[in-house]
Amino acid sequence: MKWLSLNWPQVVELTRDHLLLSAPAILLSVLLAVPIGRLAQQRPRLGGPLLGAASLLYAIPALPLLIIIPVIFGIPLRSPATMIIALTVYGLALLVRTAADAFGSVDPRVREAAVAVGHSPRSVFWRVDLPLAVPVLLAGVRVVAVSTVSLVTIGALIGVPSLGTLLTDGFQRGIPAEVATGVIATMLLALFFDAVLVAAGRILTPWTVSRRERLLPQEETT
Amino acid sequence: MIEFESVTKTYPGQTTAVSDFSLVVPSHRTVVLVGSSGSGKSTLLRTVNRMVEPTSGRVLIDDEDVRERDPVALRRSIGYVLQHGGLLPHRSVLDNIATVPVLNGVPKREARTAASELLERVGLDPKVGRRFPGQLSGGQQQRVGVARALAADPNILLMDEPFGAVDPIMRRELQEELLRLQADMHKTIVFVTHDVDEAFLLGDEVVVLREGGVIAQRGTPAEILGAPADDFVRDFVGADRAERELHITEVDGRTIAVDASGRPVGVLAP
Repeated sequence: MKWLSLNWPQVVELTRDHLLLSAPAILLSVLLAVPIGRLAQQRPRLGGPLLGAASLLYAIPALPLLIIIPVIFGIPLRSPATMIIALTVYGLALLVRTAADAFGSVDPRVREAAVAVGHSPRSVFWRVDLPLAVPVLLAGVRVVAVSTVSLVTIGALIGVPSLGTLLTDGFQRGIPAEVATGVIATMLLALFFDAVLVAAGRILTPWTVSRRERLLPQEETT
Repeated sequence: MIEFESVTKTYPGQTTAVSDFSLVVPSHRTVVLVGSSGSGKSTLLRTVNRMVEPTSGRVLIDDEDVRERDPVALRRSIGYVLQHGGLLPHRSVLDNIATVPVLNGVPKREARTAASELLERVGLDPKVGRRFPGQLSGGQQQRVGVARALAADPNILLMDEPFGAVDPIMRRELQEELLRLQADMHKTIVFVTHDVDEAFLLGDEVVVLREGGVIAQRGTPAEILGAPADDFVRDFVGADRAERELHITEVDGRTIAVDASGRPVGVLAP
């Protein structure tokens, strides 16, 4: 506790850095995984290999990935952008399959009925498929969020500051309190993301909550 | 007016759902296509809003080939009621009813007000408008389905076994409700069912289909029941069934109608 009270401003700053690395990566993962997952679900012949390839991304070891990305994108190694791209790659690996499953979970009869009453392909996506995919999609995003927050710590190895800096620094200088602070702060941040996502889910899917509150028989109007 | 001109639909794998089907559905009338499963009745219905494209033949609405219409615009101009309601589970009842007007660009508030009035027309409390479809009973969902089909005030209503999944008492109420609505709406209705009693109750004209979308007989309910074209129709409409064969008998000075097995079914009006 003494270490924490002495280094409080640094922990706050690193937490902010950590947040600024993980939040864009999570957002990018979702924005990219949703269209890819939708494509994979609609075109199964293309989707199979696509999902396989996406899962394989997760098998790329972190350090080589962090070195390849600056080469491919022409950005400096020690930049937040490198970290965000790497995290997005891992996020995609986790989320693309879930996104495909999320669209697969939409009742085809509902989708067909929507087409039959006059939804255009675009409005079927925005007004029917996407909102109905949210519950499954959100479960996947929660996994990605927690995983991303923990993976951000690797950035410390290439010198991108985050709560991971407390881990590398603490190990090198032999300060257990610093390591413990890094671990706990990372976990708290992951829990925070998870709580935000659960709350967002409640707001985005009001129908799943109210379905549980079925009507009493006497309220039936016939 | 809807015209089917030699409509044929063959699915890959050589199953013929409908072969060489021709029919004219006059405006402001209810025509019921009745047949068992495999008779192609739903397929026929869905050629009208281009959910199914015929392999050959044409479907015309007011002398215009539906293939020349944009499918999305065509579907918005036709009311469609499905067996399982086909309501969007994530939208409130009001938003479900307002679907087509909103897609057509009517302001949301205005569309919701109109939707609320429609709820009353189909016999529901406007209070259910804020609920989600999953919170309603099957019968209530079907009423909402009817309200949604009516929201854009289409000339044509397509009804695909709309009351097939609700219990018999509720079905009867929904049928009566439809008759009541049609009495002052005068829509052109194509109604599909496998229930011959429902067909006779609702149809100005009934088309009995056999396997593969072949017309076994068409006519008013009375014509079909009175003079079945062949054994298939006789059997299908149950013309030989005991409850179809009525006799009258006098009991305490009143004239009672009884069926072939002697069960009383009603009293003749004096």
